[in-house]
Amino acid sequence: MNQVQMQGPQGAHAGAPPVAETDLQVLMVGLGNEIFAVETDMVREIIDPVPVTRVAGARAFLPALINVRGNVIPLADLRIRFGMPRTEQTADTRIVVVEVEIDGDPVTLGLLADKVYEVTEVSTRHTQQTPRLGSHWRPEFIRFITKWSDEFVIVPDMSRILG
Amino acid sequence: MELDPTEIFRQEAAELLDSLETVLLDLGQTPQDRDLIDAAFRALHTIKGSGAMFGFDKVAAFTHDFETAFDLIRKGKIDANHDIVTVSLSARDYIRTLIEDPDSTDPIIGEAIVEELQRLIGGGSAGAKAVATADEPDAADASASGGPAETGWRIEIAFEPEILRNGTNPLVLLDDLRALGPCTVEADLGAVPVLEELEPESCLISWTVTLDSTCSQDEIEDVFMFVRDEMKLVITPLATAGRPGFGLDMSMPGEAPGPVSEPAPEAKAAPAAQAVTPAAKPAAAAPEKAELNRRAEDKGTTVRVQAERLDELMDRVGELVIAQARLSQIAHSGTDLAIKAIAEEIERLASGLRDTTMGVRMVPMGSIFGRFRRLVHDLSRDLGKPVDFVTIGEETEMDKTMIERLADPLVHLIRNAIDHGIENADDRARTSKSATGRIELSARYVGAQVLVTVQDDGAGLNTARIRAKAEENGLIAPGANLSEHEIHQFLFHPGFSTAKTISALSGRGVGMDVVKRTIEAMRGTIDLTTIPGHGSSVTLRLPLTLAIIDGLLIRVGEGRYIIPLSAVEECIELTAEAEARAKGRSFLNVRGELVPFLRLRDVFDAEGQADPHQKVIVSSIGDTRVGLVVDQIIGSHQTVIKSLSKLHSDVTMFSGATILGDGSAALIMDVAQLVTLGQARAESDRTPEAA
Repeated sequence: MNQVQMQGPQGAHAGAPPVAETDLQVLMVGLGNEIFAVETDMVREIIDPVPVTRVAGARAFLPALINVRGNVIPLADLRIRFGMPRTEQTADTRIVVVEVEIDGDPVTLGLLADKVYEVTEVSTRHTQQTPRLGSHWRPEFIRFITKWSDEFVIVPDMSRILG
Repeated sequence: MELDPTEIFRQEAAELLDSLETVLLDLGQTPQDRDLIDAAFRALHTIKGSGAMFGFDKVAAFTHDFETAFDLIRKGKIDANHDIVTVSLSARDYIRTLIEDPDSTDPIIGEAIVEELQRLIGGGSAGAKAVATADEPDAADASASGGPAETGWRIEIAFEPEILRNGTNPLVLLDDLRALGPCTVEADLGAVPVLEELEPESCLISWTVTLDSTCSQDEIEDVFMFVRDEMKLVITPLATAGRPGFGLDMSMPGEAPGPVSEPAPEAKAAPAAQAVTPAAKPAAAAPEKAELNRRAEDKGTTVRVQAERLDELMDRVGELVIAQARLSQIAHSGTDLAIKAIAEEIERLASGLRDTTMGVRMVPMGSIFGRFRRLVHDLSRDLGKPVDFVTIGEETEMDKTMIERLADPLVHLIRNAIDHGIENADDRARTSKSATGRIELSARYVGAQVLVTVQDDGAGLNTARIRAKAEENGLIAPGANLSEHEIHQFLFHPGFSTAKTISALSGRGVGMDVVKRTIEAMRGTIDLTTIPGHGSSVTLRLPLTLAIIDGLLIRVGEGRYIIPLSAVEECIELTAEAEARAKGRSFLNVRGELVPFLRLRDVFDAEGQADPHQKVIVSSIGDTRVGLVVDQIIGSHQTVIKSLSKLHSDVTMFSGATILGDGSAALIMDVAQLVTLGQARAESDRTPEAA
C-alpha cells in the first residue's frame, strides 16, 4: 500500500536505529519554521485539509478526528507537542496520513503539516549527534539529524512522539 | 488469499474437537446412544486421517488408540461408561494441545491417558480387539466378519452412478486398497454405453479387486467408510488355501498373524497398535476429501469465510450507508423528483444490504454453549456437586464478535453459580432440594436486544454478608439506608471480590467487576436478582450487534454528537423556569423525581453562545439517570460505529465515532461514563449541603 516505495534495497525501517551507509527515503514536511523528514515507509497519503471533529478530553496534541476514506483517524498537531506556536491554516496546509507502530500495533493517524515539500533521499552518513539545539525539539523525540541541501533536518521518532 | 493447508487442518480439527466434546458429554448422559458413539468414532477417525495427511503424525498416532476404543464401543464389544467419557475428554484436550502446540506438549500426559484408556477397555487396544473378535457370537464366521483373512480378499465394488458428481474419485479409493497390499484390479465395463450415450459424469464402471493381504475386513471397509451409502461392496475371503510364510512379507507386519481366536499377548499387542498407524494413514487420508466434499454438499449452501472478510464487508456496507445518507440529504434539498426516487430506492437497497450483511455475521448462541457444558462437567466433578446444566435458546443469534466476547464473562458467571451458588449436597438435603443442582443458561430476544441469563437454584445471595463486607471495606457507612439492589451492586465493585473471605460469601464475587466492564464495553447491562434459598440469576442485556446502532444526533456548540438511542429515555426542554428553580444546582425535577444533569457545553468545553432554548436528554443506564443538556436535537441517525484510535484510548467520554451525512466525523457518547460523571457531580453538589 506504500505509495512511495523505498528504493534502497537495505531500506531502514521505522523505529530501527540508523544504519551507516544507508540512504533513507523521506518526505520533507514543514512545521512552523522548521523542516523535518518523515520516512516514506510510514507515509500512506497526503491529503488536503478536511473538516475536523474536536475530541473533548483528549491530549492537546491529538485534538481532533478526521474522516479519511471512511476511516475515522486522529489528527495530530505536532506543533503543540513540540511547543511551537500555532499558525493559521494556509493554502499550503496539508494532512500527511501516516501509519506508525505504537506498542506493537499499527496506528493510522493524520499529521497536520504547514507545508509538504518533496520526497527525497537523505544520507544517514551525515548523521549528526543530537545537539542541544535549544529549539522546540526534545532530544528523545529525535531519531537523528541529517543534512538536506545544506540545511539540517530532523528525522523524528514518531513512535516516541505519539506514544 | 490462499490459506495454509495446516491452518485449514487446525481450524477443522478445532471444530471437530468441539463437536467431539459435545458428543462425549452427551454420551456421558446416554451411554447407549448408537448415534453418539458413531459420531465420536467418525470425529476421531477424521482427526486421525487428516492429521496424518497434514503431517500431524503425533496427533494421528495418539488418536488412533481412541479411534480403536470407540470402534470397539461401536461394535458393542465394550460399553461406554462415565469413566471412558472422562478419559476421552482429557484425550480430546490432549489432542488439542498436540495440534495447537505440538512442541511443548509433554508426551507423558498422552501416555498416561492411553494407559488409563487401555486399563478401562481391558488390556491393550489391539489385544482387546482380538479378544473381542473371538468373543463374537458367530465365531465360526469370525474371519469373514472382521478378522484377518489368511490369503486375501475378493472385493466387488460398484458405485452409484452419481458418485463422481459428489466429488468422490473411485481411483483414489482403489489406490487406498492397494496400500493394504498387492492388488489385481479388474474393471467391468459392461454397463458403459456406446460413446454417443455416454455421460461423462456417471460412474458406470464396477471393479473386482483381488487383494493379496492379511488385513482385516474392517480395514477394507474403512477405505470405503464415507461412500458406503453410495455403493455396493461385497467382500469375500479367497479360498483358504494354506499360504505359509505369507505373514512374513506382508505389508503390515504389525497385525498379528495366525488364528484370530488366539488372544494376542499384551506385550505384543501394544506395539502392534502403534505399527498399524502409519499404514492406516494413506487409507484414511483420501476418504477425508470425499467426506469434506460430501459434507459441503449436504449443507448445500455453507461456505467458510474468514472473519476478516466479513468485517471488511461490514465496513464497506457502513460506508455505503453513509454515502447513501449524503445522497438522501442532497436529493431532499433539491426539487428533482427523479433523483428523489432514486435516492429512496438506494436507501431501501442499502438498508436491505445492511440487514443481510449483519445477518451473515450472526451466529447462534449454541456455538458457545457447548464449551460451558464441559466447564460444568469438570467443575461439578471437581467440587463434588452434581449439577444439571440446561441450555435454552441455543438458536438465538448474535453478532460473531459479540458472542466471542461474551464467552469469558459467561465462564465467570457459570463458575460462580456452581462454586458459590449451588450448595453442597448436605445443605441441599437439609433444605429438601434435590441433590442435583440446576444451572440454566438461556438466551432470548427482547426487542433489538438479546437477554442472556445464568440462573441457579442455589442458596441465593446473602445480602447481610455483602453489606457487612461493604461496611468493612469502607464502601458504605455502617447503618446506611440502602436497598437490597444497591447492596448487591457492591459485588461489581473492583477488589470487592478479591477479599479473603470470598469463599464464605454465599454470593458471587470473583471478578464480577471484570464481567461488568466487559458487558458495558459491549454496550450491554447486567442485572442481578436473587431469592434467598431459591437461587439467583444474572441477566445480561446486550445489543444484537456491535457494528451499527440507532443513535440520536445532537449538537453541542459547534460539534455534533451521537447518543445511543437505547440509552435515551426522553427529551425535554430546559425552560428558564426550571433553570431558575435549580438555583445553580445541577438537578432537574422530572415529574417529581430528582435527576442530576450535566451541561454538555461545559463538559465538552464548547465555544460560542449557548442556544436560547436548550434541551435536556434524559438518559439512563440501569436504574441511574442523568440529564444531558444540549443545544439542539437534530434527529435520529443510523450510526455505523467506528472504534476510536488507540491514541485516543485516554478519552473516556466517548465510546466511538461515526461518519455523518456530510462526511465529517461525529463522536458517540459513552452514556455510562457520563452517568458516572453526572453522579459524581451530584455528589459533590450534595456534600457541601450536608456539611
